[in-house]
Amino acid sequence: MTIASSTQFICFVALSAAVAIGALGVVLLPNIVYSAFLLGGVFLSVAGLYLLLNASFVAAAQILVYVGAVNVLILFAIMLVNKKENLAAIPGLALRRVLSGAVCAGLFALLLRVAFSTPWATPGPVPLGDEATIRIGEHLFSDYLLPFELASVLLLMAMIGAIVLARRDVFASDIVTGEPADQGLIEKSRTPLLLEKPN
Amino acid sequence: MTLELTTVPLQAYLALAAILFCTGVWGLINSRNAVRVLMSIELMLNAVNINLMAFSSYVDGQLIRGQVFAIFVITVAAAEAAVGLAILLSLYRNRETVDMERFNLLRW
Repeated sequence: MTIASSTQFICFVALSAAVAIGALGVVLLPNIVYSAFLLGGVFLSVAGLYLLLNASFVAAAQILVYVGAVNVLILFAIMLVNKKENLAAIPGLALRRVLSGAVCAGLFALLLRVAFSTPWATPGPVPLGDEATIRIGEHLFSDYLLPFELASVLLLMAMIGAIVLARRDVFASDIVTGEPADQGLIEKSRTPLLLEKPN
Repeated sequence: MTLELTTVPLQAYLALAAILFCTGVWGLINSRNAVRVLMSIELMLNAVNINLMAFSSYVDGQLIRGQVFAIFVITVAAAEAAVGLAILLSLYRNRETVDMERFNLLRW
């Protein structure tokens, strides 16, 4: 361990409190913009936990990918779909919340029981520390080479799929029936943030 | 060895991951806003990552296979977020709402 044990303990308590309270805020807060920013805080706290676990590379990847990409993407999605709407009341919503809360509490109890009753093989080997990044690189280019390459293909597919799904094309006429298509989809009142038509 | 008592045990990380996962499950079931559903999925993926990293550090300290798995989970989560938000945008364009209760296109 590179930092003293008591300091590590205090950091763990602070970070885990931030993670737990932030996660509750993400789920419970009525304003979704606050939820998105709290989600960024949760991601940062999880990155801090990774630093406590001797994993500096994964902590950096967590900050880059989650805080830098996923959270910003969620914020952009909130801006794109941010229309004030009054959600219609649903019968039995409170009952559903209580029941699902009970189910989640049961799942939590089960997970805790498994975590505390299993004889884990600790203490294991001494953690690597700073050489972890080198070891990750060796793993990625030897025994995890095929998943590594598949991940690149997956990212390419996800990028192309996201572009295809999110692009905004409205044909002048229906290609099957020949009728004029619903041009309301490119009106500004129905889809905000759309640029003016070029002609 | 009084300092040894204050080191964080493996079970503490597992309990924290369980809290995060159950919060994510509850939010996944109960959110009305579709963006919040995607956020809950991210919370659950982070809980799984915490578990992987904790086991990697405590049990598998030399061959850190858990960290490699966590990197792959982060990659897949990024792809999932991109595609999920694109699907959400096109759903919003069709239904003009983000209310999960009104996405009933597959109900018969």
